[in-house]
Amino acid sequence: MATVLVNDKSVEIGPSEKLNCIQAAQRAGVEIPSYCWHPEMSVVASCRMCLVEVGDKKPDGTIAMQPKLFPGCQTPVKDGTVIVSNSEKVKAAQKATLEYLLLNHPLDCPVCDQAGECGLQDYSYEFGRGYSRLQEPKNIKPDKDYIGDQITLFTDRCIMCTRCVRFTREISGTAELQVISRGTHEEIDIFPGDPCNNKLAGNVVDLCPVGALCSKDFLYEQRVWWLKTKNSVCPGCSTGCSITVDQNEDVLYRLKPRVNEQAQGHFMCDEGRFGWKYVQSEKRLKRPEQRANGQVVSRDWETIFPAIRNAIRDSLIRSPNKFAAVISPWATVEEAYLLATYAKKLSPHAKLAIGPVRVVGEDDLYPKDVHGKPEPKTKFTIRAEKCPNRRGVEAVMQQMQGSVIEFSSILEGVSRGEIEALYILGGDPEGWISDSDATKLDKLKLLVVQDLLESAASRKAHFVLPGAAWAEKDGTFVNHNGLAQAIHRGVRGPEEARPDGRILMELAEKKGMFHAPTLRKEIAGVVPALAALSVGELGELGVKLEQAAAVEKPQLQTV
Amino acid sequence: MSFEPTLLARVGKPDSHLLETYRRDGGYQGFKKALGMAPVDVINEVKNSGLRGRGGAGFPTGLKWTFLPKDNPGPIYLAINADESEPATFNNRILMEDDPHQVLEGIAISCFAIKSKTAYIYLRYEYGRSYRRLKQAVDDCYAAGIFGKNIFGSGFDLDVVLHRGAAAYICGEETGLIESLEGKRAWPRIKPPFPAIEGLFRKPTIVNNIETMACVKQILDRGIEWFKSLGVPPDPNNPRDAGSYGPKLYCISGHVNKPGCVELPMGITARQLIDEHGGGVWKGRKAKAVVPGGISMGFLSASELDTPLDFNGPGKVGCLGLGTAAITVIDDETSMVDVLFNCARFFSHESCGQCTPCREGTAWMHKILARIRMGEGQLRDLDLLTEVAGSMGIIPGTTICGLSDGAAWPIKNAIKKFRPEFEEYINTGRKTVKSADALMAAH
Repeated sequence: MATVLVNDKSVEIGPSEKLNCIQAAQRAGVEIPSYCWHPEMSVVASCRMCLVEVGDKKPDGTIAMQPKLFPGCQTPVKDGTVIVSNSEKVKAAQKATLEYLLLNHPLDCPVCDQAGECGLQDYSYEFGRGYSRLQEPKNIKPDKDYIGDQITLFTDRCIMCTRCVRFTREISGTAELQVISRGTHEEIDIFPGDPCNNKLAGNVVDLCPVGALCSKDFLYEQRVWWLKTKNSVCPGCSTGCSITVDQNEDVLYRLKPRVNEQAQGHFMCDEGRFGWKYVQSEKRLKRPEQRANGQVVSRDWETIFPAIRNAIRDSLIRSPNKFAAVISPWATVEEAYLLATYAKKLSPHAKLAIGPVRVVGEDDLYPKDVHGKPEPKTKFTIRAEKCPNRRGVEAVMQQMQGSVIEFSSILEGVSRGEIEALYILGGDPEGWISDSDATKLDKLKLLVVQDLLESAASRKAHFVLPGAAWAEKDGTFVNHNGLAQAIHRGVRGPEEARPDGRILMELAEKKGMFHAPTLRKEIAGVVPALAALSVGELGELGVKLEQAAAVEKPQLQTV
Repeated sequence: MSFEPTLLARVGKPDSHLLETYRRDGGYQGFKKALGMAPVDVINEVKNSGLRGRGGAGFPTGLKWTFLPKDNPGPIYLAINADESEPATFNNRILMEDDPHQVLEGIAISCFAIKSKTAYIYLRYEYGRSYRRLKQAVDDCYAAGIFGKNIFGSGFDLDVVLHRGAAAYICGEETGLIESLEGKRAWPRIKPPFPAIEGLFRKPTIVNNIETMACVKQILDRGIEWFKSLGVPPDPNNPRDAGSYGPKLYCISGHVNKPGCVELPMGITARQLIDEHGGGVWKGRKAKAVVPGGISMGFLSASELDTPLDFNGPGKVGCLGLGTAAITVIDDETSMVDVLFNCARFFSHESCGQCTPCREGTAWMHKILARIRMGEGQLRDLDLLTEVAGSMGIIPGTTICGLSDGAAWPIKNAIKKFRPEFEEYINTGRKTVKSADALMAAH
């Protein structure tokens, strides 16, 4: 164990840990301000915001301080390192650096997207001086509204931390961004005709500590202090990036990654970041529908549940072995559990199948080299499996019926007349069923579709239940690696759409309100593979399923 | 005592840049001698001579060589800093133009000593003539078997690569130079690791100046005793002083009758340089200030002209150091405000822009001085300039490289030593510049 003294407070550093002064101070609850440093990228020590006094504590207890200031990001700590970040000398340096950074920074906070979550605002308030002594005109640099399809650059707001440049060089490996010109005339720019359009490009907006790089999607949409933030998980692929969902008045505005080393690290891809627009689509299913002979006979939640229950019961009386439920890999663990237990309770012969698992191409690994091939050391992966919870759904099914049935088998079963009643729990925003596959469903005597968006299947259904998108409900997703993370309800669904868990509980006449932590505890007792959910609250970072390996490759069975 | 130039001995003679004449004058004998020695003996020879780097910082050359990791499998590189970009400095240019082989021999000896098989000469872009002469000299050496494989049958291989930079002051900073050689933006690296451990292409690298190389050659030729007989021994009261031995090329420019480059033993005073070698201050005027070694070193005031220009002297009177030993004389009819504005403009233009204090501070000082020159200065601007200058550099620890120490020093020095003149300029509302053009030019 190494002991480091931060502003007279001692912290312990593990023997194998390699920390710099900023990280060591963090342990002691001391914030050393920094702009250019980022834990995932190389150290350049150029912003000079993190200057601290550093010294050594000798075995005899005396402390020898170095005469000059050192950048905390570049200075590793070892046993006996003494860090002082609150001395007059350090404060003067912080003040000076902030005054320099603000010299040519336009004070256009009232129209700047970053205002409210701006590193320059925050540190100026905490460490800076209240006024500028600059009497001369500021430098004015031209804005570059096309840095990439999703990114715009307010050049004069840039403080040249070069995080964005290093991101494109070290994480995406695509190196579109660079510094041009010299000295105070420096600007971030692209090569003409080579915009920053890589699949991770949106991260440079998050990395920008000021309002220089802005997301065109979010630009001027909201003042950030109106946004309410919920922790969630990106459903775009099986990586399961930890994210935050920002909304105001039930309108979703943006997704941002949050740090989770067990999930994805610090970043997220643009597919996920900008791929949530279907949540607010006009095509959303908004009201429940009961249809007879192609005509809508009821749009009432109150009457539809008994009607579905009766229809399923009639079907089971007619042919007890011909009921099946399809659970999309977009459903949460809780929903899969509710539907699976309900189906098995109705009939032990009910078949449980997983909905189409959409796989697009191959896993996309970053950083890439100049030829576009992945570098040996992967820092970010966009997975080919474009659904968030295959493993969670499969774990439930494996427990409930000992195997996982594929959706194609269900379609074949329907064609062969082996299935007459089908309950589909959807969630995949991309068209998950083709028109030709949907025609196979014509043979069904009963089709219940609970989904987000209108589909070829929902148009044929006897009952349509408008469910909730991932941002509109609570639940659990299990990523490719067996990490169970909680999603939280950020916004309400459109019109009469309801969270799927609530729908399923009402349908199954299960007592109580839908409450994910309570259900997780129940699931943990029933499904040993998901025993780790017994904690109820999964916390910000989620929990690893202990027997994750056991559900890795489920046995596939045909009907 | 009369002093015979050695580094400049061949300069000015006909065809002094050709291999043929160089060999006739005994050229490449020192290299042959070195090839017969053990590399470590060559290092010791240079170390014991007390040679300190001629590039500006005055770091002991032999000591720098010993920082290379022991038993390194290589490659080890020698990078020669010929990016002579300190204003008023032209000693390297004269060596490269008129006696390139002396430099190349020094490079060959140094490479042998540090077991480097490749030397890169990073040449300032503007030095077209130096480039052509060095190019010819390098080609001639390859043709004559002085460079290449198995030189003189010794088994020692050496490649010398001449690289022309793209004209930036920062490329003279050793790690900026290395980055630039690698084809990157010349942003100085953070240290550690120092280049001797991890330099060019992440391999151990020694960066030395052109004049240092010429000195190495002369030390091998003439021996340690000769080198130590020149210059100033260490100050006995200063245990950190390594002494200032050997001959030095002093550049004299500015308001003198006879500007030029002269070779003298270390330790000559500024007054001697001006009066005995520069022909005195022009137009019968007096010197108001003298830059002791490139403008980044600060200023000597008229009362400090007897300061010996060795590695210690300028520091004792508040200058940053000897620097490149290029003195610029400023006569008593020149406004220090204008001089300082020029300095600030230069450093603002040349700041690489990596570290915030230097990028913004140099530009701000430039703007403030521009405003003072427009007649809109206030007395508090002088304190602001001093404060800004005091907050940047590797001495307070706020930047990565020393550029901003050099940018700050003349400001601090001038305001301290010539404050009454600045105050008078501001108080009387003088204007060097009538319009806002100068201020706008600051952008």
